[in-house]
Amino acid sequence: MDFFELLMIFVGVVLVHNFIFSRFLGLCPYVGVSERIPSAMGMGMAVIFVMTMSSVITWAVYEWVLVPCGITYLYIIAFILVIASFVQLVEMFLQKSVPALYRALGIYLPLITTNCAVLGVATLNRQEFFGTPGSLLKCVVQGFGGGVGFMLAMVIMAGIRERLDLADVPEALKGIPIALITAGLISMAFLGFSGLSF
Amino acid sequence: MSAARGGPEGAWGQFSKGVFRLNPIFVIILGLCPALAVSVSVANAIGMGAAATFVLLGSTLVVSSLMGTLRRFFSPPLYRQVQRIRIPIYIVVIASFVTIVDLVMHAWAPALHARLGIFVPLIVVNCIILGRAEAFASRHGVGASLLDALGMGLGFTLALCLLSAVRELLGAGRLFGAPVFGPAFRPALVMTLAPGALITLGLLMGLFRYRRLRRGDDGLL
Repeated sequence: MDFFELLMIFVGVVLVHNFIFSRFLGLCPYVGVSERIPSAMGMGMAVIFVMTMSSVITWAVYEWVLVPCGITYLYIIAFILVIASFVQLVEMFLQKSVPALYRALGIYLPLITTNCAVLGVATLNRQEFFGTPGSLLKCVVQGFGGGVGFMLAMVIMAGIRERLDLADVPEALKGIPIALITAGLISMAFLGFSGLSF
Repeated sequence: MSAARGGPEGAWGQFSKGVFRLNPIFVIILGLCPALAVSVSVANAIGMGAAATFVLLGSTLVVSSLMGTLRRFFSPPLYRQVQRIRIPIYIVVIASFVTIVDLVMHAWAPALHARLGIFVPLIVVNCIILGRAEAFASRHGVGASLLDALGMGLGFTLALCLLSAVRELLGAGRLFGAPVFGPAFRPALVMTLAPGALITLGLLMGLFRYRRLRRGDDGLL
């Protein structure tokens, strides 16, 4: 386990296996909140934070509670509960202590609980890294990178959608259908990254 | 369009609204992630649809009977307290049923389980299931809620089948794994990859909306 391996995980999860363009995780907020660049940035920040932290927390719960108790088959229930309560806790903490940040992220935080990218990264971490040496560090990198990739996708999409408002789109395709088709075209461009290897 | 939201009365109305008029994928636009990810082949789509329908039925049964019982036996102030933690309750119920599906599928259909991958555990965060628990099952009786869940599950499965049929036909030239076109057909590989999924869904959604616009029934979105 060295720095190079972590870098590969990071680049892989941001560009090659981008959570939105190639893994289809977190599409609901992607379609819902990507209309303006500032809100896309806010949502992206919130997702980066929650994904990184929940990678750490689910790792701890799995390795320190579920494995010693021999109840790893309950991981789905444990992960979703831990993530939901973590998001709730962050919301309460921010509201009291960093009100400015809370106002910026406020409405996006509760939405994140049902963002499948967060539970998705925990499940992927479990499949790929748990039980291997240095697993905690790899999970953190995958969580952080996944969030960065999500934010990248959101901001690219928001930039395009701001211009789409002025375009003459057929009535039936306005809104979400054209957003999906646009995302398809971007993801075709992202396919180019799949040749990226070290 | 108040009728479109509540749906017409009667058992058939409760059941059929999820299949077409309130189709979860094409009309309400919930649960896109699994729809796009597993729709590579029709077999995958049916497996995913069946798993989601089972979870939907189970969680609906528990949520509607639980909330109905609590409403009847708790005093109103106590019931309001319970209402505040209803979302975590729903999530635990749903996660239990997803765990059942995950273990059963792992034991009896390991190939399907491997193909669906992380999207089996991710049924927990499928917005359709939590959405139906919150919007319908918690407010209606057990019978109506089960019909609603069955219709929504069927609508989800049919939408997945439609999406995957297009992708499998164009991307691999097959349907249910059997070759459809002659050997001269050269499949468009891109349809089985991520871009094909997004573009196909966008166009199908546009088609559904075009149909609604033509009939002048645009009160839903």
